[in-house]
Amino acid sequence: MSKVNNNVPLEYSTEENNLKIFGFWVFLGAEIMLFGTLFASYFTLVDRTGSGPTGAEIFEITPVLIETFVLLTSSFTIGLAIHAMRLGSKKATINFMVITLLLGAVFLSVEIYEFYHYVHVGAGLTVSAFTSILLTTLGTHGLHVTMGLFWGALLVYQIAKRGLNSVTAGKTFIFSLYWHFLDVVWIFIFSFIYLKGMM
Amino acid sequence: MKEFFAQFAIPHPSLLIYIAMASIVLGTIALVAVVTYFKLWGYLWREWITTVDHKKIGIMYLITALVMLFRGGVDAVMLRMQLAVPDNTFLDAQHYNEVFTTHGVVMILFMAMPFITFFFNFLVPLQIGARDVAFPRLNNLAFWLFFMGMGLFNISFVIGGSPDAGWTSYFPLAGNEFSTSVGTNYYMLSLQIAGLGTLMTGINFITTIMKMRAPGMTLFKMPMFTWSALIANLIIVFAFPVLTVALAMGTMDRLFDTKFFSIGNGGMDMLWANLFWVWGHPEVYILILPAFGIFSEVISTFARRNLYGYTSMVWSMVVISVFSFAVWTHHFFTMGQGALTNSIFSITTMAIAIPTGVKIFNWLFTLYKGKIEMTTPMLYAMHFIPLFTLGGVTGVMLAMSAADYQYHNTMFLVAHFHNVIIPGVVYAMLAGLTFYWPKMFGFMLNEKIGKATVWVMSTGFVLSFIPMYITGLDGQARRMYTYSDATGFSLLNMVSFIGAGIMTVSFLMIVWNIWYSFKNSPRNISSDPWNARGLEWATHTPIPNYNFAITPDVTDATSEAFWDSKKNGTKLFKGKIEDIHMPNNSGQPFVMAVAFFILGFAFVFSMWYLAIVGLIVILGCMAFRSLEDDHGYHIHAHEVEETEKKYAKKGGAK
Repeated sequence: MSKVNNNVPLEYSTEENNLKIFGFWVFLGAEIMLFGTLFASYFTLVDRTGSGPTGAEIFEITPVLIETFVLLTSSFTIGLAIHAMRLGSKKATINFMVITLLLGAVFLSVEIYEFYHYVHVGAGLTVSAFTSILLTTLGTHGLHVTMGLFWGALLVYQIAKRGLNSVTAGKTFIFSLYWHFLDVVWIFIFSFIYLKGMM
Repeated sequence: MKEFFAQFAIPHPSLLIYIAMASIVLGTIALVAVVTYFKLWGYLWREWITTVDHKKIGIMYLITALVMLFRGGVDAVMLRMQLAVPDNTFLDAQHYNEVFTTHGVVMILFMAMPFITFFFNFLVPLQIGARDVAFPRLNNLAFWLFFMGMGLFNISFVIGGSPDAGWTSYFPLAGNEFSTSVGTNYYMLSLQIAGLGTLMTGINFITTIMKMRAPGMTLFKMPMFTWSALIANLIIVFAFPVLTVALAMGTMDRLFDTKFFSIGNGGMDMLWANLFWVWGHPEVYILILPAFGIFSEVISTFARRNLYGYTSMVWSMVVISVFSFAVWTHHFFTMGQGALTNSIFSITTMAIAIPTGVKIFNWLFTLYKGKIEMTTPMLYAMHFIPLFTLGGVTGVMLAMSAADYQYHNTMFLVAHFHNVIIPGVVYAMLAGLTFYWPKMFGFMLNEKIGKATVWVMSTGFVLSFIPMYITGLDGQARRMYTYSDATGFSLLNMVSFIGAGIMTVSFLMIVWNIWYSFKNSPRNISSDPWNARGLEWATHTPIPNYNFAITPDVTDATSEAFWDSKKNGTKLFKGKIEDIHMPNNSGQPFVMAVAFFILGFAFVFSMWYLAIVGLIVILGCMAFRSLEDDHGYHIHAHEVEETEKKYAKKGGAK
């Protein structure tokens, strides 16, 4: 480990962490392109339903609202976790991380129900170009949440075992960037896939 | 059981493939035998496979690129041989499809890409006065992912069949209906895995350049190659995710019967073409900008003058990078998108000629009043300027959408893009290779053979590709595997074939040069044999693993810091030697990349249990990395001092 600077928050205190945080922002730039490409493809294919159903026919508002509510809340709680981390409270950090992950798990369960529903009403992955891109876009976001759950669980374990130091703090901060990003993507999904699709 | 093996059979076997299979098996046995006989496994593992040293990773990219240059070259010669005479039966239509597909993919993605990545790795940290890249471990992983993607692509023709839908893999041709073998699966998955590695390289080098420059090195004091690397890596980060999505959709269409690019039920084949070229056109600039960077270094060094118009050189690259994302539609002017769209993309495409022209003139103005020294790298640069300009002019011809209805999918196009990529990228890579060879390996390449190589290569190049402009305008379609004598293409195609033969000779001359120089070149060269300009020449030869004993300070210098220190006596190394922090080697990235290879292979053949195994290993590696506690190690100041003394005795050190 290199020099530690005590005048800044823990996650920025080492040179290595600064590099990692910067690098992660660049990675998020790539992720924006990834989801941007998916959205562009979605808008291209949204009306190309072939013999399959349209969005208005299959979308259900209740699960989507639950998903939106829990994911937005989890973005708030990961913010609280970072706040707790800056105050130096290991216990509160872990608690808010666990709450975040639980909300993420609720989101994922509802999304799995939602996918089951789509397949059930005849909107499976292979039905039409529209269903293919719909489930791929949602699935890519869902896959990111799933990865986030594994990642977050490993972090909780590390904070519990090693406490808050520049290494764990840096990792947790980067995780929070990732989690907020997933939330932003969901807002786009909610607005331009569901709301637009149901209107 | 029989079914299981039939799965891996070659759908279109021929004598050539059997010969290739036999030579692969014999080659592998020979390689394993040699490594075992000289007890090199431990050395390879410790010093190379697990290395996090950017210089060694760079050299591994270089070796891959050179091997792939020869693989792609053999493909090229086969194509020209087939077309040399009318009604030839050397290759059949199917085999010809496979060969032009692999030639394109190998040359762009597995030759040119690792070649520029070699320069990123080897040069960027040295040019900015850093000890390493931002993420050394990620760098190793990026290389191995790239390598495994390359490997997966290259085993396709002996296990299951080569891709045969062109390097652009347009749907519906690339769909299951028309590409029945697993070849296109290989294409989708090997590019996906190699692309992941490239994206990691992009993130790594943006961070390195933005955050790890030597004290005093502002953005507008960066050496020109580093600037080109920064811009190219920015394009990588914004273009490669598009390819990731397109390949994932293509894979799903082929394996899971989704309907993205199908003809029925809403699918849209043009979506593939759009996504492919939204990545594919910027990709061209990912390759050419670093090439421009190398030429800038070479030309200013051997004209013995500062690069003319530094600021305009930088801004022209920035403009090119922005425009590169606004021109993709010119790849399908003739596919029915309407006059307005065609006109807009026609104009944006032609507009790229402006910043490119700025660069050409800057090089010419650098030469003007320079004290030109015609070394081998400089000779490459001198051949590059006129040949590349010719390619640029024909590019503007192609950019006229109305006229493009005449050239589209003809040999004229083939001639154009080889005319920019060979003198542009390949010459730059070879110039850079010759230029930096002494820095890497401690001896110079032979100048006589080197210069002869350039002349032979250019002769071969002109003979190979200029005739294609003519046959193209006469209507010879690209990808047409044979033609009748009545078309009148025979003579010019024969000339092309002779040109290809001459180019082959020039590439063999490079091999000969390396061997000859390895045997005969003196080893006691100084650390700055070319009297060059950048910080990369301010360190010892061979370069110690920590690069610089003291981090250089370039506050008082220009973008050519080492030149300033030689001319004006600017002091580069202030302060004293301290402990140096270095990262540890690790085998984990290699294991992870192997798991990616297994995952890719399993997907190609839809072997889901094997895919799950690969996936679990990958996730396990990620978890291992997350939980691992690795702080690297320190080289103590006194050890550094001892090493420095040893170099000082050898001479040439500063």
